[in-house]
Amino acid sequence: MPAEPHLHAPGEGAGSELSPLELRVRALETVLSEKGYIVPEALDRIVEAFETKIGPHRGAKIVAKAWVDPEFKRRLVADAGDAINALGEFGPIGVHLLALENTPQRHNLVVCTLCSCYPWDLLGLPPFWYKSAPYRSRVVIDPRGLLEEFGLSLPSDVEIRVSDSTAETRLFVLPMRPQGTEGWSEEALARLVTRDSMIGTGLPLRPHEVSP
Amino acid sequence: MNGIHDMGGMHGFGAVEREPHEPVFHARWEGRVYAMNSAAGYLGAWTIDDMRFSIEALPPARYLAASYYERWFYALENRLIERGLVGADEIAAGHSLRPGKMPVQKLEPANVGAVLTRPFFARPEQAPARFRPGERVRAKDLNPETHTRLPRYVRGRVGVIEAVLGCHVFPDSGTTGKGEDPQWLYTIVFEGKELWGEAADPSLKVAIEAFEPYLETA
Repeated sequence: MPAEPHLHAPGEGAGSELSPLELRVRALETVLSEKGYIVPEALDRIVEAFETKIGPHRGAKIVAKAWVDPEFKRRLVADAGDAINALGEFGPIGVHLLALENTPQRHNLVVCTLCSCYPWDLLGLPPFWYKSAPYRSRVVIDPRGLLEEFGLSLPSDVEIRVSDSTAETRLFVLPMRPQGTEGWSEEALARLVTRDSMIGTGLPLRPHEVSP
Repeated sequence: MNGIHDMGGMHGFGAVEREPHEPVFHARWEGRVYAMNSAAGYLGAWTIDDMRFSIEALPPARYLAASYYERWFYALENRLIERGLVGADEIAAGHSLRPGKMPVQKLEPANVGAVLTRPFFARPEQAPARFRPGERVRAKDLNPETHTRLPRYVRGRVGVIEAVLGCHVFPDSGTTGKGEDPQWLYTIVFEGKELWGEAADPSLKVAIEAFEPYLETA
């Protein structure tokens, strides 16, 4: 695959020239606005929501709650959308949401081989690599090789369950609670929950990896 | 369609490149494209599967050469032109040259919550579900030139129904003018070696969601 253009996208710093693509995006927004189809301020609000409000901290909070509250965990695994909406923490989350529970016998991984489906109202927009050809192509055929690249080596007798998001159900991983966290508060536990641990390409941080 | 987007199991794309401290959007234009796509989708002129199909329909070389949000942008332009909402001449001019089609519903700033939650796709059942958890099913060898959500790597392969997920809008119908046509949706689990042969990782299982018309009794 050619070098990903985004890594080299021109900045928009003061005085920088806009690229042809940036000009074309700007032109389309002007056309849509002049024709009465869109309101630019609505676009501002959407961008702001993803940059400031919706992100993996939401999922981390849910995972930490499941670690300390067995009844909540039971409801989360049964129907994650309902369980999360019943909390009323973030405003409505789309239903058709499943929490895939990791166990000592099974490690879950989530992908969308066909496009980029992701539980974005719970975890924020997906990272670039999740949408990239290398991840989408390899994870269903060589998950262990891919996990090694992410620094994760799992025992060979652990089942690797790769879930491909081919319909409108969205999936996230409920990782196992790290050892050595007995008695930790929900808030402290949430700091251990990384985005990658909810996709399955990582594990939660261990206690010594976060500052007290 | 048997497009370049259907990447599961392909080789040659190299290592996954991760970016530490990745921003939500890498440049202002990416955020504008994301939001423009949401606001334009709110007009009601297309469904999420129409959007996916328009991205899959980009020529393969262009698909691979474009960054993620470039694909979204090119596909958005194409949909706007195909639906007669915007003229190619207007995009070239960078200005409206004639009045817009009167919408429709327009996304107002006070209402953006409507596009910040994933929509609801479950529909009342049209008939009883044909398969039950534990049944073995074969994914049919379907090769439509139109949109489908049955990935190539499972076609012709046998898996086990793990869950019945309800009746949902059927993507293959919506994108070919046949409306929502709700169909039963299942989680199917395949053994690694059923998909990739004897050399496959014995600990691998792959789950997909598949609509009933994709499946037959094995």
